Amino acid sequence: MALFEYAPAPESRAVVDIAPAYGLFIDGAFREAGSGTTFKTLSPATEEVLSEVAYADAADVDAAVRAARAAFPAWAALPGAERAKYLFRIARILQERSRELAVLETLDNGKPIRETRDADLPLVAAHFFYYAGWADKLNHAGYGPDPRPLGVAAQVIPWNFPLLMLAWKIAPALATGNAVVLKPAETTPLSALFFADVCRQAGLPGGVVNIVTGDGATGAELVAHPDVDKVAFTGSTAVGKEIARTVAGTRKKLTLELGGKGANIVFDDAPLDQAVEGIVNGIFFNQGQVCCAGSRLLVQESVRDELLDALKRRLATLRVGDPLDKNTDVGAINSAEQLARITELAEAGEAEGAERWSPPCELPPDGYWFAPTLFTNVTQAHRIAREEIFGPVLSVLTFRTPDEAVAKANNTPYGLSAGVWTEKGSRILRMANELRAGIVWANTFNKFDPASPFGGYKESGYGREGGRHGLEAYLNV
Amino acid sequence: MSEPRLSVLKTYKLYVGGRFPRSESGRVYEVTDGERNWLANAPLASRKDARDAVAAARKGFGGWSGATAYNRGQVLYRVAEMLQGRREQFAAEVAAGEGLSKAASRAQVDAAVDRWVWYAGWSDKVAQVAGGANPVAGPFFNLSTPEPTGVVAVLAPQESSLLGLVSVLAPVLATGNTAVVAASERAPLPALSLAEVLATSDVPGGVVNILSGRTAELARPLAAHQDVNAIDLAGAAGEAELARELESAAADNLKRVVRPPDSAGAGWTADPGTDRLLAFVETKTVWHPVGA
Repeated sequence: MALFEYAPAPESRAVVDIAPAYGLFIDGAFREAGSGTTFKTLSPATEEVLSEVAYADAADVDAAVRAARAAFPAWAALPGAERAKYLFRIARILQERSRELAVLETLDNGKPIRETRDADLPLVAAHFFYYAGWADKLNHAGYGPDPRPLGVAAQVIPWNFPLLMLAWKIAPALATGNAVVLKPAETTPLSALFFADVCRQAGLPGGVVNIVTGDGATGAELVAHPDVDKVAFTGSTAVGKEIARTVAGTRKKLTLELGGKGANIVFDDAPLDQAVEGIVNGIFFNQGQVCCAGSRLLVQESVRDELLDALKRRLATLRVGDPLDKNTDVGAINSAEQLARITELAEAGEAEGAERWSPPCELPPDGYWFAPTLFTNVTQAHRIAREEIFGPVLSVLTFRTPDEAVAKANNTPYGLSAGVWTEKGSRILRMANELRAGIVWANTFNKFDPASPFGGYKESGYGREGGRHGLEAYLNV
Repeated sequence: MSEPRLSVLKTYKLYVGGRFPRSESGRVYEVTDGERNWLANAPLASRKDARDAVAAARKGFGGWSGATAYNRGQVLYRVAEMLQGRREQFAAEVAAGEGLSKAASRAQVDAAVDRWVWYAGWSDKVAQVAGGANPVAGPFFNLSTPEPTGVVAVLAPQESSLLGLVSVLAPVLATGNTAVVAASERAPLPALSLAEVLATSDVPGGVVNILSGRTAELARPLAAHQDVNAIDLAGAAGEAELARELESAAADNLKRVVRPPDSAGAGWTADPGTDRLLAFVETKTVWHPVGA
């Protein structure tokens, strides 16, 4: 099928003004790192340096925690209705600045503007709006008559949804009366630093939100800090386990949202065209750099060929390229390091005997790119069926019976997401019951909402973010 | 005048997979009362016994978690009935093991029975309290429900050999988990007798497995076991270093951990609330489009 010719339709960069350098946001003001060290943040689509950012070491982390500790009593003592108004202000300012922040996020992360504009930013604002409303209703949330905040929350977030993960962390923490120190990912620090400016515009008291930029060592200092009461982490399962060991034996409350190897199960009676859209959304949304991605396609044997033909036709129409172009479906991989990891696992897939296929597509010369990729003849023993690839790579397996589908889907140490495609209602409900995953999308995939709890079973972590359930992580219950 | 009659003593055994084996190690240890008088030889379970118990608990999980909540509630209520019938026996074991007066130990047993009843009633209510519909901004049906975490290792409280045990075991069962229990090390007899109650209460084999022995020796393989999903460290209260070590080992497969209370003397008579009930559930959220 021939691709339509599209004229370039780039979103304007003029809407965002990136400073040449940013400091750490501590106690309501930007300051340089104590050591004066900085690091560069790149646009993964072009490898252009976007800005230089302060590198926080142990002393800077300590300053941020002390600022949060100092701000905590007054913030916690505010009437819930007043805290709510700050959060409502933040939500509104995020809506007002959403185009600017969407472009910024696309530049720093490499994901398509269509996604930052239509998914990330609306969800960010919605998350603050949702939790704002909880701040003065905590007594009715089912956590006892007078649930109290924990104190200082240390929050470490990943690079795949930088501002959305910030919202998932900061909104419930502030609504419940905690002060926070947040560390954005090393490769995507900018939207968190812009969020600091949103806090300034909202008049948020200094020290309630502190942003420390750096790498894994900065994050390790933060979660190990003795004056932290709460640790929340989203990222890899390996780092999550390390953090769980760090907080062992302390009174720190811990929530972890980690990796996944989601099964997307297609039965022979499924609406195949819709299923194809769901499969594409499940694994190519955000270049597959999604913890809840549907990275294992389990298709019933009788419709395997029909489904794969339709899927390949659809993949041939995906537009890979400039993330700022409004027609782009698949953008850049976030970093050279991540690209190397995806490349290594895809090569392992071939080496172990799976069959690799990609649509014909031209990748830009600069930046980090990986073509949408599909593996067939995959067995459960293959690394590409067991390990989280975190990239646009789909492993296809087959099954004959619902029992086999359940067994294969659950045959993983992870348990974050799963998908089911069938027209039969009773089968959907049975599968939903038997799949050991925190989110089951039936005849849909990759849907998110601030009112809907998100989080995993088993080694995908513990605790929930979103909804009433998301409050518990930040209350002394 | 009848001749003085020699009473028949009980051989205390482990409870694994619905059966009453001795420890595979062949070991026992002496259980005494407050005055160091011999009460019984309890099995000194080994790490192999712990692994067998985990395998049995895993085998029991599908059936128990798949049973209707009403059915689980009825089975747990039956446990309370059986416990009530053995009130005097448990009172004597608690009195001897914990050095309590007759009246105090009876009060402990009564509270334990009442606690089983409280948790039995929770089995078909917790989903409505902890789950519900979520009003998402789109044409989707969206429902969250609590589901059992899986196999839970339970270190029973050391000081409260029956009421404490019931307080940590019953909530695990009410939500559909299966359990491997390390009984109070010093006073294991009520726990081992509770196994007889469970075995005659329609609790399927493998749903509860009870081990006696050295808590630390059993806790280490349980905390490190890759097929255990969660661990309650109540029995490590007052042993900060052991608790830290166990929590750290539990991180290896990201077990859900309930930390011990700050002091071992924490009582079990207060209203337990829903904390332990909700500690070993996973919230599952299901989405489905709404449309024609």
